[in-house]
Amino acid sequence: MTPRRKRLWVVLGILAGVSASVALAVVAGRQDISFYYVPTQVALGKAPRDKDFRIGGLVMKGSVRRKPGDMTVHFVLTDYAHQVPVVYTGVLPDLFREGQGIIAHGQLGPNGVFVADEVLAKHDSKYMPPEIAAAVKKNAGIAGAAAAPSPRG
Amino acid sequence: MWRWFHRLASPPHLYRTAGALTPWFAFAAAILIGYGLVDGLAFAPPDYQQGDAFRIIYVHAPSAWLSLFGYTAMAVAGAIALIWRIKVGYAVAAAAAPIGASFTLSALVTGSLWGRPMWGTYWAWDPRLTSELILLFLYFGVISLRKAFEDPGRGDRASALLGIVGVVNVPIVHFSVYWWNSLHQGGTVMRLGKPEMPGSMLWPLLAMLAGFMCFFGAVLCVRVRAEILTRERQSTWVREVVAA
Repeated sequence: MTPRRKRLWVVLGILAGVSASVALAVVAGRQDISFYYVPTQVALGKAPRDKDFRIGGLVMKGSVRRKPGDMTVHFVLTDYAHQVPVVYTGVLPDLFREGQGIIAHGQLGPNGVFVADEVLAKHDSKYMPPEIAAAVKKNAGIAGAAAAPSPRG
Repeated sequence: MWRWFHRLASPPHLYRTAGALTPWFAFAAAILIGYGLVDGLAFAPPDYQQGDAFRIIYVHAPSAWLSLFGYTAMAVAGAIALIWRIKVGYAVAAAAAPIGASFTLSALVTGSLWGRPMWGTYWAWDPRLTSELILLFLYFGVISLRKAFEDPGRGDRASALLGIVGVVNVPIVHFSVYWWNSLHQGGTVMRLGKPEMPGSMLWPLLAMLAGFMCFFGAVLCVRVRAEILTRERQSTWVREVVAA
């Protein structure tokens, strides 16, 4: 083996070793690295109890309820499999609306209602001019059912 | 092809090649970025949800892409130098590091400015944001490790090795939005399947991307030349160049 070839193998070996250890660490900490839990995980009891965590999902159509003169808003988060009701008092981000993906930070109450102290809007990777968005919406209405976006949203 | 590549390993030859390439890269960068900025900022339609705020993508996405490209280029140059003992590889790696770090900083800052109105926060410890911040720290590590040794040769080797090991982070940054639940959205252009953007928005973005690549190329050529002159200052050819 020439010294050059030896150096090549040493460098590749170090890289492989580091990759393997990072991969193991990442697999072990999979949920800790994730930014939020989805409603299904909450329904299956995989989310922490008595501890703050984040929950992400789509704001269910027709679920947003506000009382006039009050900053408190009630809505339901869904991943199309399970639903979690959320209550939040405060200013909502601009992108918050029904059907939009959002991430709430807070605690799950004993009654199954998630009490949020922070709400972030999640933007998807789709970009569209307003006219096209309006046309897509109209066509989806005619077709009756639009393709359901993935729960990851 | 192989011979052409081999000749680049000679410092005076790389010095001249980089000098000849600089104006071409600079010219292409000026044209592409000029078109991308005008079309992207003035003529592309606003987004249906974000309005005009989406236009930050024309700086943010190319910066983020270059932050990964620059890191990979730096690590490859370091690996070539380390394995084949081609010394100019260290010069290229040293020249590339601060450019890549600047693009990383630019991606983080523009993303943060966009995040405040859109997400509702400047910063979140989300997998994509955190791994991009780690990328910035890796750049800082590579840059400072080079200067941490008395013997510049040892500094070069240590820095190249750190750069190579840090490559592990590059796919993590790219795939973080698919591997984990994250606040950051998935790729719009760099994804399997069609870009999720109409042509009127996409063309200026692709032009900006190509323009940023050319800009990186131009700055790299200039910096590589300066790096070679410093490193080869004892040699006769550099004295001839400086005297001329």
